[in-house]
Amino acid sequence: MIATITFYVFAAVLLVAAIGVITARNPVHSALFLVLSFFQSAVLWLLIEAAFLAIALVLVYVGAVMVLFLFVVMMLDINAARLREGFTRYFWLGIAVAGIVVVQIGHVIWFRSEGLRFLTRPESYPADFSNTRELGSVLYTEHVYAFELAAMLLLLAMIAAITLTMRKRPGLKAQNVARQVAVRREDRVRIVSMDATKD
Amino acid sequence: MITVAHYLILAAILFSLSVAGIFINRKNVILLLMCIELMLLAVNFNFIAFSRMLGDTLGQVFVFFILTVAAAEAAIGLAILVVLFRNTQSINVDELDEMKG
Repeated sequence: MIATITFYVFAAVLLVAAIGVITARNPVHSALFLVLSFFQSAVLWLLIEAAFLAIALVLVYVGAVMVLFLFVVMMLDINAARLREGFTRYFWLGIAVAGIVVVQIGHVIWFRSEGLRFLTRPESYPADFSNTRELGSVLYTEHVYAFELAAMLLLLAMIAAITLTMRKRPGLKAQNVARQVAVRREDRVRIVSMDATKD
Repeated sequence: MITVAHYLILAAILFSLSVAGIFINRKNVILLLMCIELMLLAVNFNFIAFSRMLGDTLGQVFVFFILTVAAAEAAIGLAILVVLFRNTQSINVDELDEMKG
């Protein structure tokens, strides 16, 4: 009973947040709505006993990806009004396409479901079951090559992002540490001999 | 009682909302990227629901990799966006027609 109420509450907030993402006037608000929808999804995943992925969603998406989004949105000086031209014109088209997609997927789920297996609740795991251990035991054995490939992909993405956004700015006042260390006394100090003077 | 079908329907609505978002915000590249993130979230819902229904962990492993690839995609996409804004002072999709293909 409590699980049912929890599901409906969080699903409702998730859908409201998703609508907020696509209709908010300010891109910052869109990003914050997206953060909200990720939190709601994490709770829904906890409800279906996918604990590790729920935590990973919060850590990776809310902690890293959305911070990156917010950073970029706030760094760029965007004229939001200009980008919203044609909003109402395409609004109904978007709603129509969304309705078609819902009807199609709903049709597949309700009428072409294999027997009634969709309509059963997946049996709960025992209390000492560890979702993380289960996931790790296949991730590091059967799928270890895919895992290493994912690591390489992340490295590649990091290098690509850095090389894309790095730029040399002329006239930038920065220290050259190598030259500072390599400097000799003769380069900086000049001894001059002056005659003593008397006023 | 919450069944697998509930999760599938929720994911379908979420997916279609993000499709609608791509249609509605088709000028703003940042919002397009956010809608793609929502789409991937909806797909992950399906993977997890089926993984639980069939009692197979493979679906959750797949979600793990989707999360990885989505993070990489977001990082590179936003880097390209920053470079684009630096060069054209705009992120409007309509103005990206310099190549006249």
